[in-house]
Amino acid sequence: MQGVAVPFSSAVAPVAVLCAALLATVAHAGPGVPADPLASPQWPAMQQRFFRDATVVFDDLVEVTLPPAAEDSMQVPVSARVRSGTAVDTLIAFIDFNPIPKVLEYRPLDAEPYLGFRVRVQQATPIRVAARTADGVWHVGGAWVDAAGGGCTLPSANAAKVREEDIGHVAARRWPLDGIGSRVKLRIAHPNDTGLISGTPAFFVEALDFTAADGRRLAELRSFEPVAESPVFVLELHTDGPVRIAGHDNTAGRIAGEAP
Amino acid sequence: MTARRKQGKQAGAVRAAALAFAVIVTVPLQAADTDYRLQPEPVAPGTYLVAGVPENFSRSNGGNIANTAFVVTGAGVVVIDTGPSKRYGQQLRAAIARVTAEPVVAVYLTHHHPDHALGNQAFADVPIRALPGTIEGLREQGNDFNSNLFRMVGDWMRGTDPLLPAEAVAAGSVRIGTHEFELIPNAGHTAADLAILDRTTGTLFSGSVFNGRTPATPNAVIADWIASLDRLAALNAERIVPAVGAITDNRAIAEDIDWLRWLDETLHEAAGRGADMAEVLRLPIPARFNDFALLREEYERSVSHLYPAIERASLGVRD
Repeated sequence: MQGVAVPFSSAVAPVAVLCAALLATVAHAGPGVPADPLASPQWPAMQQRFFRDATVVFDDLVEVTLPPAAEDSMQVPVSARVRSGTAVDTLIAFIDFNPIPKVLEYRPLDAEPYLGFRVRVQQATPIRVAARTADGVWHVGGAWVDAAGGGCTLPSANAAKVREEDIGHVAARRWPLDGIGSRVKLRIAHPNDTGLISGTPAFFVEALDFTAADGRRLAELRSFEPVAESPVFVLELHTDGPVRIAGHDNTAGRIAGEAP
Repeated sequence: MTARRKQGKQAGAVRAAALAFAVIVTVPLQAADTDYRLQPEPVAPGTYLVAGVPENFSRSNGGNIANTAFVVTGAGVVVIDTGPSKRYGQQLRAAIARVTAEPVVAVYLTHHHPDHALGNQAFADVPIRALPGTIEGLREQGNDFNSNLFRMVGDWMRGTDPLLPAEAVAAGSVRIGTHEFELIPNAGHTAADLAILDRTTGTLFSGSVFNGRTPATPNAVIADWIASLDRLAALNAERIVPAVGAITDNRAIAEDIDWLRWLDETLHEAAGRGADMAEVLRLPIPARFNDFALLREEYERSVSHLYPAIERASLGVRD
């Protein structure tokens, strides 16, 4: 499909990048940086990497739901919902203690600021989702997940390998959502390899765009290595009709499907 | 900052460092107490329960979260399950020796989970018997179980390694001394669950009945488990030695089935309406289950074990 090749980063505050270059040294421990309520030693690095000189607040605007402990550290469920009535243009998710912290960027263009997804965690860590409001302020929510496992056993060995011929296959379904439009859940068969395992290059779903039947662009998702194998996403989109899903992985493998 | 305050702060830092050091030196001393304090309780003629605590693995319980049991038969002792560690196995053996002079002549494992099967090393000189699927499960997952337990319970595990049972068993009856044991292969809690009915005393040893503790589902196939529990209930055993919890009877089986049905229906219903996995974690649990130990915790684990496959099916994905 055409018309989705706009580089995502071009839409994300080039001004911030410029300013960051000038102010990077100040932003690191400046007086405007609030203390991290999750008391993560990695927070200053996260702040520097994702927000630079932008204003960051810790508040309850983004409600992040995740389990207190990761029963399966390869598939930790996370959902994020921005309190209703507040407009945000971008959500980002990141994991403080992962070797690759950035999980995804989500732009709910014509959609609810809500996203469900699953991640891999390397160890006990905060998982955070930040949303940017119209005033440019990032509102950060999140919680710690303990990756110590549970009782009676280790995570079940359910990592059935993705068959070669299935890679990129989209299974999607749509449910009507009263007064909002549709809830869409999709699963993409994909190994989503991080590249951190010797001999296995990074191979992951990178971009997904969601379009209504009338051509309206509903949402854009940019996804990175920590997203779990065979990614599952749940979105709430402003349409009552079928949703077209189109995107690619980092090797330009096409991903296409529809939630009818 | 004044010099005086600075000095005070430094002294505080020294105190904090001393405290940290004290913590470091006392931890090994506490960990050195790896006595499970096993107390065999008589539950039927010649039959003893060695009760685990209805908790999750922790450094304070040393992994002793499941029941083991033994039967003094007149021709030696039959042990059912060996506990979570080599140390547990050794202490179980010592506890048995405090009860009877008869030697241990056989060990049966109900299934391959680490809290039931990692004490095997202490019984290396006796036949350890299990279903073929249990031996296979230990072969595949034993090392992972073992390192996971080292991580969760620490020094209690010292020296523990998985030891595979040497004898595979099948359905049938076995006479040992004055006791007639019926071996009943089942599945559902794991791929291979062995129940043992001692026909002599009417005692059913079941590694897959949970009494007062939320059933654990890491290797579960719910429909199979319910079918197995139905079969066990049909035995109408006088008493049941559950995987966890006090001696019980068919009431515990009914509660387990109630829970497993609710869990299965709830997860299917959630997948059917497009619920996200993180949302499913937060679903309310009916009050009738409030007395189960580890309720919310084990429910959340079950969501992780079971929901992905149910969800794939709801999206029309064939595994």
